[in-house]
Amino acid sequence: MTCLPQAKSGAKKLGLVIDLDICVGCHACAVACKEWNDGGDFGPLPDENKQQREPFGVWFNRVHTYDVENAATKQQMTVHFPRSCLHCETPDCVTVCPTGASYKRAEDGIVLIDEDKCIGCKLCSWACPYGAREYSEVRGVMQKCTLCVDRIYNETLAVEERQPACVLACPTHARHFGDLGDADSAVSQLVAAREGYALMPELGYQPVNRYLPPRPRRDQRNAVAKAQEEKIDLDQLPPLLRWVDKLLSR
Amino acid sequence: MHPALSVIFFTTASGAGYGLLFLLASSCAINPASISLYEILTMLALGLLFSSAGLLSSMSHLGRPERAWRAFSQWRSSWLSREGVIASFSYLPALLLGVLMWRNDVWIAMRLCAILLAACAIATVLCTARIYSSLKTIHAWHNVYVLPAYLLFALLSGAIWNIAVRGWFSSVCSVEALIATMLLLLLSVILKLRYWRFIDTTRSASTAETATGLGRFGQVSSFERPHTEQNYLLKEMGFVLARKHAQRLRRLVLLLFAATFIVLGMLLLISTSLLSAVLATLAAITVSIGLLVERWLFFAEAKHLVTLYYDTRQR
Ligand code: SF4
Ligand code: SF4
Repeated sequence: MTCLPQAKSGAKKLGLVIDLDICVGCHACAVACKEWNDGGDFGPLPDENKQQREPFGVWFNRVHTYDVENAATKQQMTVHFPRSCLHCETPDCVTVCPTGASYKRAEDGIVLIDEDKCIGCKLCSWACPYGAREYSEVRGVMQKCTLCVDRIYNETLAVEERQPACVLACPTHARHFGDLGDADSAVSQLVAAREGYALMPELGYQPVNRYLPPRPRRDQRNAVAKAQEEKIDLDQLPPLLRWVDKLLSR
Repeated sequence: MHPALSVIFFTTASGAGYGLLFLLASSCAINPASISLYEILTMLALGLLFSSAGLLSSMSHLGRPERAWRAFSQWRSSWLSREGVIASFSYLPALLLGVLMWRNDVWIAMRLCAILLAACAIATVLCTARIYSSLKTIHAWHNVYVLPAYLLFALLSGAIWNIAVRGWFSSVCSVEALIATMLLLLLSVILKLRYWRFIDTTRSASTAETATGLGRFGQVSSFERPHTEQNYLLKEMGFVLARKHAQRLRRLVLLLFAATFIVLGMLLLISTSLLSAVLATLAAITVSIGLLVERWLFFAEAKHLVTLYYDTRQR
C-alpha cells in the first residue's frame, strides 16, 4: 500500500542523527553501506563499467563537502555532509508509487522498496527532494537506504552490531542510530542538546533524520589580525634576532 | 529533468488521442446523426491509435515492463496509477461506442457510452497532468499553469486532427469549428507565454541553504562532490538546458503554432475538398511537432531540487 500509515503518537521513528561538527568526510559510511547492502537482503547494488573510465552504480549514501561563507564576517568553513534517505514521516516518494512497491512501515517508520513489485517507473525518485533514491539500470528497479533493516533486527548478529553499517563504520562517531519518536532516547536527547535540525522543512515531508550543526568555529580572521597587532620590544632582543627582524620586516 | 523521448512522445500522443476521442464522444453525445459511421470509426481508430501508441511508449520507459499490471493497484494515492486505470478502462466505452454506432439502433446506450468516453478522456489527461503538477520537488511543474496546459493542448491537438480527418471524408469543415480551434490555439499560446514568464521570474523557496540547513552560517556552495563520475541523480535530474537554446526552442514552438494558425486561417477561405484535406493534415502535423518541442522543453527546463546538493553555485 502506498498510502502512508496512520501517524500514532508515541510510535517508533527509527532514524539517524548525523553530527556535522565532527564528520571528516572520509566516506567510510558510504563504503560500508555499499558493501553491506550489496550482499544484504536488498542487494545487489550492481555497478556498470566497474573497471573502466566511467563507473556508474547505485549508492545509498553520498558524502558532499560544502564551503560555507558568512557574507558579513567573511568567515569560511568547510562542512562534510553525508546525504541519505531521511525516512520522512509524510514523504511523497511513497504516495506517488503506482504499484505499492514504495512503502513506509507502520511499526518503525522505515521507508522501503519492495524490489519484487517495483516496475522501475522512477516516479518516486522524482518525488524525493533529497536525492535518496537511485535507479539500478542493471536490475530495472529503484533502490534506496533501508536503514539496514536486515541488520538492526538481525538476531544472528551480536547485539552491539545490530546497527546500520554506516553507524558502525564511522571512525569519528558522527553517526547515531535510534528512535527519534521517543523523547527520552539517546538520539532524541542529543538532538535536543545540540539543536539538531531537519533538511528542507518547508516541503512538509517531515524528515525523521536530524543533522547536528557544526559548533561555532574560532574566529580565524581575528586571530590573524591579533597576530599582526602583536608588538615586539626590539630593544629586548639580542642583536642577531634584531637583525633577523629587520630582514623579515622588509 | 532529463527529457526522455518515450515520456515526451507518450504525453503528446496520448494527449492528441484523448483530445480526439473527447471531441468525437461529445459530438456523438450531442448529435449522433451529424457524423457518418465511417467518420466515427476512423476517428475512433485514430484516437485509440494515438493513445495506445503513447501508452506503449510509456511502457518502454519502465525498468520492468512485464510487471506493469501492478500499476493498477494504488489508485487511492497515486496519480500514475489512476492514469493507468482510467486509460485502460477507456477502451471499453470506446469500443462499445464503435459497436453501437455500427448497429445504429440503441441511441440511448450509445449516448451514454459517448458521455462515459468523453469523461474518461478528460480524466486521463487530468491524471497525466497531476502526475507532474503534484511534484513539489520541481518548481516548473508544481504550479497552476501545468494542469490547464495539459488539458488545453490535448484538446487543441485533438481538434486539429479532428478537422483533418473530417477533411478527408467530406469537404465541409464548419466555419465555427475552425474559428473555435483557432481560438484554442491563441489561448494555448497565451497560456504558454504566461507559463514561461512564471518559470523565468519565480524560483522555488528551497535553496542550498535550506537543503543543507547550513544557511544560518552563511552562503553554501559545493566544494567537493561525493563522486567524480555521473550518477543516476545527475543523469536523470541534473539535466540543464542552456538558456540560449531554451529561448531558441521557445521561438520554434511559437513559430510552429503561428504556422498552424495561418494554415487554419487559409482553410476558412478554401472550398476545394482535396486541398483543404491536405492543408488540414499539414496543420495537424505542424501543431503536433510544436507540441513535441513544447513538451521537450517542459522537461528540459525543469530543475529538480536535488540539484541544490550538487551545483549550488549556479542558482
Ligand atoms: S528522503 Fe526521500 S526517499 Fe527518503 S523518505 Fe524522504 S522523500 Fe522518501
Ligand atoms: S520506481 Fe518502483 S518504487 Fe518507485 S514509484 Fe515506480 S514502481 Fe514505485
